[in-house]
Amino acid sequence: MMLIHCPYCGERRPEIEFAYAGEAHVARPVDPSAYTDEEWERFLFIRANPRGRHNERWRHIHGCGRFFNAVRDTVTDKFETTYKAGEPRK
Amino acid sequence: MTGFRLQLGGRVDRSRTVTFSFDGVRYQGFAGDTLASALLANGVSLFGRSFKYHRPRGLLAAGSEEPNALVSVTRGPGRFTPNLRATGVEIYEGLEAVSQNRWPSLKTDLGAVNDRLGMFLPAGFYNKTFMWPRSFWDKLYEPAIRKMAGLGDAPTEEDPDHYAATYAHCDLLIVGAGPAGIEAALEACGTDKRVVLIDEQDELGGGALSDPAQWAWLADSVARLEQAGNVTLLTRTTAFGYYHDNFIGAVERLTDHMTQPGEGAREKLWRIRAGEVVLAQGAIERPLVFAGNDVPGVMLASAARTYLHRHGVAVGKSVALMAAHDSGWHDAFAHARAGVKVAAIIDVRSEVDGALRVEAAALGITVHLGSSVIGVNGRHRVNGIEVCVGGRGAATRIACDTLLMAGGWTPSVHLWSHSKGSLAWRDDIGAYVPDKPNENVRCVGACSGKWDFGKGQVIDMLPTPRSPARIKAFVDFQNDVTAKDIKLAVREGFRSIEHIKRYTTNGMATDQGKTSNLNGLQIASQALGRPVVDVGLTTFRPPYTPQTFGALAGHAKDALFQPLRKSPIDGWAEANGAVFELVAQWRRARYFPRGRESMLAAVNRECRAVRSAVGMFDASTLGKIEVVGPDAAEFLNRMYTNPWKGLEPGRCRYGLLLKEDGFITDDGVSARLAPDRFHLTTTTGGAARVLNMMEDYLQTEWPDLNVWLTSTTEQWAVIAVQGPLARGVIAPLVEGIDLSPDAFPHMAVREGTICGVPTRLFRVSFTGELGFEINVPAAYGRAVWEAIHAAGKPFGIVPYGTEAMHVLRAEKGFIIVGQDTDGTVTPDDAGLGWAVGKKKPDFVGKRSLARPDIVAAGRKQLVGLLTDDPAEVLEEGAQIVADPNQAVPMTMIGHVTSSYWSEALGRSIALAVVAGGRGRMGEALFVPMPGRAIRATVSGMVFHDAEGARLNV
Ligand SMILES: [Zn+2]
Repeated sequence: MMLIHCPYCGERRPEIEFAYAGEAHVARPVDPSAYTDEEWERFLFIRANPRGRHNERWRHIHGCGRFFNAVRDTVTDKFETTYKAGEPRK
Repeated sequence: MTGFRLQLGGRVDRSRTVTFSFDGVRYQGFAGDTLASALLANGVSLFGRSFKYHRPRGLLAAGSEEPNALVSVTRGPGRFTPNLRATGVEIYEGLEAVSQNRWPSLKTDLGAVNDRLGMFLPAGFYNKTFMWPRSFWDKLYEPAIRKMAGLGDAPTEEDPDHYAATYAHCDLLIVGAGPAGIEAALEACGTDKRVVLIDEQDELGGGALSDPAQWAWLADSVARLEQAGNVTLLTRTTAFGYYHDNFIGAVERLTDHMTQPGEGAREKLWRIRAGEVVLAQGAIERPLVFAGNDVPGVMLASAARTYLHRHGVAVGKSVALMAAHDSGWHDAFAHARAGVKVAAIIDVRSEVDGALRVEAAALGITVHLGSSVIGVNGRHRVNGIEVCVGGRGAATRIACDTLLMAGGWTPSVHLWSHSKGSLAWRDDIGAYVPDKPNENVRCVGACSGKWDFGKGQVIDMLPTPRSPARIKAFVDFQNDVTAKDIKLAVREGFRSIEHIKRYTTNGMATDQGKTSNLNGLQIASQALGRPVVDVGLTTFRPPYTPQTFGALAGHAKDALFQPLRKSPIDGWAEANGAVFELVAQWRRARYFPRGRESMLAAVNRECRAVRSAVGMFDASTLGKIEVVGPDAAEFLNRMYTNPWKGLEPGRCRYGLLLKEDGFITDDGVSARLAPDRFHLTTTTGGAARVLNMMEDYLQTEWPDLNVWLTSTTEQWAVIAVQGPLARGVIAPLVEGIDLSPDAFPHMAVREGTICGVPTRLFRVSFTGELGFEINVPAAYGRAVWEAIHAAGKPFGIVPYGTEAMHVLRAEKGFIIVGQDTDGTVTPDDAGLGWAVGKKKPDFVGKRSLARPDIVAAGRKQLVGLLTDDPAEVLEEGAQIVADPNQAVPMTMIGHVTSSYWSEALGRSIALAVVAGGRGRMGEALFVPMPGRAIRATVSGMVFHDAEGARLNV
């Protein structure tokens, strides 16, 4: 069971306190109606799914409740860093 | 020597005799014996039958790597444990153990016919033979294989024991309390580190327990560790898995070794988070591969030394050694010095260290260098071996009753591999050793590849003049895999060890190949003509040794399997005979039978009461979210499909929630209490999901909105009072709210008191009747419920459960999200297009509603379905076809989502999703069932009071 650093609580806590929430930095467009079908499909369904560094979202659901971003290596399953929602991609 | 017990020696307590039984025969051993050592002392050599060929098998090892001697132990009803290694079962007074995988008895096993058929059971035999014809599988192949194969029997009764679990945190965790592990612990003695030292055996010491020269050091070291305040010692504890971030799972066996287990937990699961881990798991001696290497009496040399020194037991009266490594020589010398006859030392090497030869000569032991054992005589026990020089020429027979094997050593890298540490191949020892760590961990002692057992030669198979096709030289003893099987796999084109392993099942038994993986790898490497590192290595996975389900489940069984949520009114329902059902984790009253009333009769009565008088229903489980803040209306407007900004305080609205993909995910009626405050409701099962989704948008997409979300599901008890007489029931109890229809219309909310308790009173209906949903603080829920029940008596009030609620809502065509929808249903598909705000520029899921597949014709739509036979109630989930006479497989155009007997209509009703459903009104469709097809007609979804007149009273 991994330890995950919550950037809001400032602590590493056991994985069971957290919930995974998909790829990070997939922002909802301000005006979805301006998107073509292809653009909307990309927003909805197409994800990077990289082998290696992955920017992803987690929620400290059984802690402070905040969503935050993380960089995790999908091969080693190790977290490189975590950072607050709204901060630029790391 | 009586039997095989030596006069002196060993760590057993000779003053304490222990009586036990094996296969119904009573034996005696000493306290400190394992089942294995005690049976050896009694001259027992036959311990079990092999997995595939049912060959007689004896002990190979003395530790947890033992592949052959699997036994079952029974301690009374429900306390039956199969597949225990006899080498790890401590004997106690009255122990009852039985052998496995034999019928009718261990000595006379009919399954042994497989052994004669051996040449017809090659690698992949099952895969190749039992594939065809398919129809034979269920009736013939599978039952036969199940009877013949398999290890011990599964327990048939419920386990009455209980199992403890704990978390532990430490700075240093040491796995393995042999000399290396103990040294690591001693180094940390007296520091401020919290240290945990774990060992699977009943005493600390590991390999030192088999070496009397180390006993004084051991006693002193253990005393120091026990006195150190910072070291926790855990014996009989197996670290079975190494997980992320130095998280180690271990099981401590608390009572299995006791004559009187008492009331305590049988085992304890430790979840340990360690700052640093030191692995000191030692090394496992490797068997040699030659014909007959599995005959009872052929065993690892180091195991024999353990029985000799630790248990004071001679493994035989005349012992020979087949060695490829120096360590075996020392084991043979130990036997000679203890007075056990050593018939011969055979070494595959032409030259060995001169000191070994000198000592052998001094002990009068005959030595055969450059030679190998090419055959073993005896079936239930070795009675001799055949030896030849250089794998050629004539064989010489040497009489002996035991043959020791010394094939070199394999570092135990199991936990290291769990932790994803990398491994490096060492040609000199023919084994993988730990290389780069992936966690804060290091290996010490033999598991790091560092040991002082001497030198050896790495060899895949002993040379033999006999045809390799005609001999059974075992590699994996537990799964009965021979060298021939591995070579066959290579000939058939398998190249990677991962594939060879799966095809031959080498290393896939309960011992995970502790004694077989490296030999299998060497043989594959030789057969492929490629170095071992190119053939690969197999992956070790938890558990290190099999663990009980009980230990892993711990307290999470029966009532504690998962949390059971109960509403504040649950106790009343229980006291009044409710039959319950689980909805998500909630226990909900399904119906309230009177006397011996059937479910259908009770539900019909409850429905009649609601339609004709009044009923009351515990709706407390509804999800509730308090949405507060200046931007609350804007937020809900963006989340839900319909407009919210114009909703006046005091009014309610049905809200439909989509995911961004346009499909319905939840719904519920919500109220605006003030300009900046909403009381949302969600489905019972969707509450947590909806709150999570709303938090997600609020925190990450629209952090500029000033809104606060609070789950209030468990803060409010909710009592639905529904029926034409509902107003009269609650009127005398309510204060501060004008209940008259004009002042308090349908879909309104008011705050006041009921029975003197503050209430948020909703005038809403999920039944189609005049209805109220009374929210009161949870602690008052039951009191208010009882007051309403009492006040309703003169009106004929009836409590109803979820089943009647379902019927009543279905009569009105109200959907249940998750029952009538399945994650692929849009608002239009569900006939809820009216709930989508056409003028809203955006809401979650709106853009998806314009996607080509969503606007295409022919989507499945929710409709009503009325059977021709009004008494026929369709099965929920049943498939629907247009033509029942078409060929199988039929084209299915939809399925039944809800189906009930409607007491109000005097007939069955159903909801269904049907392709192009709303265009099929009046069309006859068919529901194929075994032996028949039920004819039904597509209808609208509202079966009762279509104009809604009953609401407006
Ligand atoms: Zn947090």
